[in-house]
Amino acid sequence: MHTNSLYQEVILDHNRKPRNYGKLDQANHHAVGHNPLCGDRLDITLQLENEQICDIAFQGESCAICKASASMMTTAVKGKSRSDAEILIHEFRELATGKLDTGHPNHLGRLTVFSGIRDLPTRVKCAILPWHTLYAALNSISSTSTEANNDSSQAMSSHSAG
Amino acid sequence: MNSVHASLKSEITSDVDWRKIRADFPILELTIDGKPLAYLDNAASSQMPQLVIDRLVRYQTKQHANINRAVHYLSEVATQEYHDARCKLQQFINAREDREVIFTSGTTDSINLVMQGYGRKFIQENDEIILTTLEHHSNIVPWQMLANEKGAKIRVVPINDKGELDVDEYERLFNEHTKFVSLIHVSNALGTINPIKRMIDFAHRYEVPVLIDGAQAAPHIPIDVQALNCDFYAFSAHKLYGPTGVGILYGKAALLESMQPYKGGGDMIASVTFEETIYNTIPHKFEAGTPPIAAAIGFGAAIDYLTAIGIENIAAYESTLLDYATGCLAQIPGVKIIGTAKEKTAVISFTIDGIHPHDIGTILNQDGIAVRTGHHCAQPVMQRFNVPATSRASFAFYNNKAEVDALIAGIKTVQKVFL
Repeated sequence: MHTNSLYQEVILDHNRKPRNYGKLDQANHHAVGHNPLCGDRLDITLQLENEQICDIAFQGESCAICKASASMMTTAVKGKSRSDAEILIHEFRELATGKLDTGHPNHLGRLTVFSGIRDLPTRVKCAILPWHTLYAALNSISSTSTEANNDSSQAMSSHSAG
Repeated sequence: MNSVHASLKSEITSDVDWRKIRADFPILELTIDGKPLAYLDNAASSQMPQLVIDRLVRYQTKQHANINRAVHYLSEVATQEYHDARCKLQQFINAREDREVIFTSGTTDSINLVMQGYGRKFIQENDEIILTTLEHHSNIVPWQMLANEKGAKIRVVPINDKGELDVDEYERLFNEHTKFVSLIHVSNALGTINPIKRMIDFAHRYEVPVLIDGAQAAPHIPIDVQALNCDFYAFSAHKLYGPTGVGILYGKAALLESMQPYKGGGDMIASVTFEETIYNTIPHKFEAGTPPIAAAIGFGAAIDYLTAIGIENIAAYESTLLDYATGCLAQIPGVKIIGTAKEKTAVISFTIDGIHPHDIGTILNQDGIAVRTGHHCAQPVMQRFNVPATSRASFAFYNNKAEVDALIAGIKTVQKVFL
């Protein structure tokens, strides 16, 4: 476990100055994500036009890992199509849970800074919560949880700490 | 620490070689990423001395069989050892009789036993149950389940800014509807020691029985259930240097006899036909199925170990650690201690400005320091102090000042990372 490799400058920077922080007035998709194990809560609003994410914002109470993940996620998916965003959601979950085959090309780019989280099972959910919540928002599930027993939580289940 | 411990502090601790005692705990020799382990999460679960580990091995290698059943040698040995463990617990809390000590799976199970066995039988619609803001979820949720089922009400004793119960308000909550009090002895989140003797006496003026959740008290404070005159007292072995999976419920014999069993099964019966079952006497009435025999015997060994050191000695030593750690933490800018009660065990909950407890915990872990971060299963306490979570260092008698120093250095590292 190398904590320093996790708390890299890019993560600390997004924690200090989160991008797309707040709530969209014109949102047509919205979801709240909870991590009941630590009480973290994340609110995602987004504007979806013709299956494209025109705008997205997040707000909530969370740790640095969760906040940086949310901030970087919003910059990564803004302007992308729903299907491209869903590919990123899938790849990020695979990355965080250590299942991503790094030999294959992926679309994560700078998001690979979170790869160290796979060595910290208790923190995997912190990094995944924003992506989990984005999935819920895109699929019109208004409230979700890292402990939820639905399709969107499959990536969490192997790391469920109860 | 209370005044008794304070007055004993100087003369008693000098007799105990705490460095030698630390060596009784093999797990404390671990290193985490090359750093010596500083285990400061004892309020969640404590570590086990070699003597208890050896006792478990001896039981499994030379004494194991099912109890209360067969006439063969091993069954008789195991039955006797299990009974001896019960007697050790009886003496540890000064219960009048050994049958007043019921083995459960832990504090949570003990509380649920009282809720099911006493609450479901005796609590009616519009009755009131008094709890406090300091309760662990395990002493809230069972009573809520009961209140929802019966149409009863939960009344909550508030706390002040130091994390101390408002005992005057507690007394004002009593009325003719008050039928039960369930009360934490020592707060797991803050370390506050509650004035339970005064609160028990007051409840008894209204003939209201009182359950004490002693999970955090029993490892640190001498318990005398007869002197306290509590009706029920519950705690777990794994916070008391014993194994997981076992705890006890103490109950006054007359109350236990009046209660309905919580679980049905083998061992808890006198006779069974398909028409009728006659229940066994206490404590067996409440111990359905094969109990955690090995864990209970290990629990007994842990009690022997603690008794040899002396809970008073432990309390006095831990109080010096608490004072030292509190003093060091108070000097770090940006660190705020949550819970500053006058009477405290060696538990320190704290926040660091601008840094989430989970990030604190992860970075401290890099230096081998184990603290708990989160809401500590006490969300009402967190809400009272308007924080989502805290970091918590909780000390045992095997901890030392060097580990406090490591914690302080670790906190400074955390602040540097997030500067």
